[in-house]
Amino acid sequence: MKLIFEKSKHGIKNDMLPPLDVPEVELPTMLQRKQALNLPEVAQPDITRHYSALAKRTHGANDGFYPLGSCTMKYNPKLNDEMASLPNFTKIHPLQPVETVQGALEVFALAEKYLCEITGMDKMTFQPAAGAHGELTGLMIIKAYHTAKKDFKRNKIIVPDSAHGTNPASASMVGYKTVNVPSDENGCVDPEELRKVVGDDTAGIMLTNPNTLGKYEENISEVTKIVHDAGGLNYYDGANLNAVMGVVRPGDMGFDVIHLNLHKTFSTPHGGGGPGSGPIGVKNILEPFLPNDHPVQETSGKFNLMKPEQSIGRVKGFYGHFLVDVRALTYILYLGAEGIPHAAKTAVLNANYLMEGLKEFYKVGYPGICMHEFVLSLKDIKKETGVTALDVAKMILDYDMYPPTMYFPTIVPEALMIEPTETESKETLDEVIRIYGEIHETIYSDPEKVKSAPHRMVVKRLDEVKAARQPKLAYQFD
Amino acid sequence: MGRYSPITTSDQELMLAKLGLSSIDDLYKQVSKDLLIDGLDIPSGKSEMEVRQIMTDLAAKNKVYRSIFRGAGAYNHYIPALVKQIVSKEEFLTTYTPYQAEISQGVLQSIFEYQTMICQLTGMEIANASIYDGATAAAEAVNMTMTRKQNKILISETVHPMTIETIQTYANSVNNEVIIVPQKDGVTDVEKLAAMLEDDVACFVLQQPNYFGQIEEAEKIGALLKENKQKFIMSINPVAGVKLKTPFECQADIATGEGQPLGLDLAFGGPYLGFLAASKEFLHKIPGRIVGETEDTEGKRGYVLTLQAREQHIRRERASSNICSNQAHCALTASVYMTVMGPEGLKDVARQCYSKTHYLADALTQIPTIELKYPGEFFHEFVTTSTKPAIDILEKLDEENILGGYPLNETDILWCATEMNSKEDIDRLASIVKEVM
Repeated sequence: MKLIFEKSKHGIKNDMLPPLDVPEVELPTMLQRKQALNLPEVAQPDITRHYSALAKRTHGANDGFYPLGSCTMKYNPKLNDEMASLPNFTKIHPLQPVETVQGALEVFALAEKYLCEITGMDKMTFQPAAGAHGELTGLMIIKAYHTAKKDFKRNKIIVPDSAHGTNPASASMVGYKTVNVPSDENGCVDPEELRKVVGDDTAGIMLTNPNTLGKYEENISEVTKIVHDAGGLNYYDGANLNAVMGVVRPGDMGFDVIHLNLHKTFSTPHGGGGPGSGPIGVKNILEPFLPNDHPVQETSGKFNLMKPEQSIGRVKGFYGHFLVDVRALTYILYLGAEGIPHAAKTAVLNANYLMEGLKEFYKVGYPGICMHEFVLSLKDIKKETGVTALDVAKMILDYDMYPPTMYFPTIVPEALMIEPTETESKETLDEVIRIYGEIHETIYSDPEKVKSAPHRMVVKRLDEVKAARQPKLAYQFD
Repeated sequence: MGRYSPITTSDQELMLAKLGLSSIDDLYKQVSKDLLIDGLDIPSGKSEMEVRQIMTDLAAKNKVYRSIFRGAGAYNHYIPALVKQIVSKEEFLTTYTPYQAEISQGVLQSIFEYQTMICQLTGMEIANASIYDGATAAAEAVNMTMTRKQNKILISETVHPMTIETIQTYANSVNNEVIIVPQKDGVTDVEKLAAMLEDDVACFVLQQPNYFGQIEEAEKIGALLKENKQKFIMSINPVAGVKLKTPFECQADIATGEGQPLGLDLAFGGPYLGFLAASKEFLHKIPGRIVGETEDTEGKRGYVLTLQAREQHIRRERASSNICSNQAHCALTASVYMTVMGPEGLKDVARQCYSKTHYLADALTQIPTIELKYPGEFFHEFVTTSTKPAIDILEKLDEENILGGYPLNETDILWCATEMNSKEDIDRLASIVKEVM
């Protein structure tokens, strides 16, 4: 397919603006750019066709099964998008007088109230832009807390070996060293191993619960107590909250600071990779360190923006991804007190049902009841046939389905991590089981077919090594 | 209650039976009993119709102004109808980071096109797939320049205060020092900057046009930094960037900026779009997703996420950044906007912003008690100072359904005009201000 630049024809222009109605003023020549500006010149009808063609070459959660583990690709109610398009939300300037944006500040305040109840936290900021940005903010808060106590020795963050890559990467961004703690035979944090690594240099621990293997950490209260007793703080990575929302709360588990991925759990569309929203919830002891411009309701009832006394400062421009937060609030209001736990339980039921069906064909990494996701290991299949998890993922494409997350968590060899979510029907899950079974048969009857997959996509398997070795990152004009 | 789950009660029974469980709560057997909660203290679920009403009522508590003369980091521009129609396509909305390339060629190609457009805009060689916003893009750019020996950050006082604060927050957490380079007459004091370029300085951050709308001597500053072998980070406004000397022409090493003016709503501050482009030297240091061109097994052109060895999911604690989710949908919006406007359309937007802002400045400074605060060239924002309190002027405009400029202090106002402000609106604004005076 041609790039938009290859469809460009000199002289084409879409009229959008009225003629200039004030005297034209020329920018002094010495300030003007000389470099060419090669942007496409394409007429409206051809622009729509270009993007329609790109849309057809894109698979969204609304196009078919999308069990990308840890990403919670659930259906996003269309009402969310309509509410985020209301002109009184989209056309307000972030620096308007606070009296004129009371509705917007109330959106933040309501979302904070409901999400604090769902997570068991005391305060929440919506400034962080996405989950990883939330992690960074949360760790800055942990560091500020220790610094305020003049406890300068704490420079280590503990993460389990099954943790998301963002956890250690975020720790490095605040100058913390990462200490990996091995998982036990059930895929959970081993309290004995944890005891060995905590000490007076422990700043905190970062955990997901359920963890990335889809396992609920049974010893969670003991784990958080070990860290607290050592003087550290507990950070909850909310990527997997979908399994437990309305059932059990991170705040009650002993976590001091958490982030949520509103684009995952609270059903705001993923948009091809963002925008997300990564609010941070904290217990009262950490409230003084929250980022500035925190929306609060004054005793008069008026909403305002305030700076907490020992604020870490600002982590981005303005107040957060407001329109994403509007969508999340819409979703919470729609599901409500009964719908939130119902969604979580159905997500867990769907995952277990699918795991039970796939067990017949593929080895489950860590057997037993899972939460919202589970991990398959294709280690034996690779040994017997040479077919890898990557090959199987590519084969799945030919059935117009998105493959699971591959090669993560890294502690499971040839991993496929599957998260069906609560918005898939039993019929879809049954069909998935049938297809994955058919692929299993093909692996043994015709392994070459799987190794050369996909066969039915607009391109055959792409050469990722070539892309990295000879980087072509932009279109080259003649 | 609002529900849309496709699992019926009888489905649930069948599924539980297959799992050998009698109740859905048996799935949570591993959760210790004292942690299980007995309901949530939030409102009961509601129908779509009721939720629509609640949200519409909340929205109605905000005021939308008929005309806006305020920028300061968020700009009111015309958004063509085609932009929203295209980006609302479900495929673009409901897909995620294109890990599986062969089924994601559409979104990957759109990112490749976006990267190309950002390279065109900035004149730079490489661009990433986006960062959260302009402020975080600048903070990430600063991180790209840090070395063991060079870890001091210089920022001009004329950079947007929120960008300065964001860089400071990022730097504080690793004890890197941030030093503010003072301004003189509303632009960076280049002589002072030259004197501050000590050996341990890693980079200098400049905004063009700056927070006050003034056009900085970016070329001169670029040459100065090149001479000292220190990195030059230029944060640009993309609309002004269509006309002004590019970061490449000013010898910048990294170009960043806030992409909101490229077809994104004001939306109370977000989501916006951080763009980041650099010279090839930064190929392995640039943060976040990057899409590259490659071939399939039959030699057909295709696109993949590439250079992933920089990223958190591969390199973990040694990654160039922790960024994972970005602003893909906002980047798509910006690409569609630039495509619909085309190069001539964008130049027209820039020309109209420039001309109207100068017309506004003339109209305001004809009032005897108002004068320009700074003497230099400005693009589509400028600062006035007056003998009357700023608040009096702005309140009067508010009554007339006009959002006036942004008050910087008791007497100074930062004004902005774009293609959205007609001559009639500007004349009306000037006459209202004159009345207050």
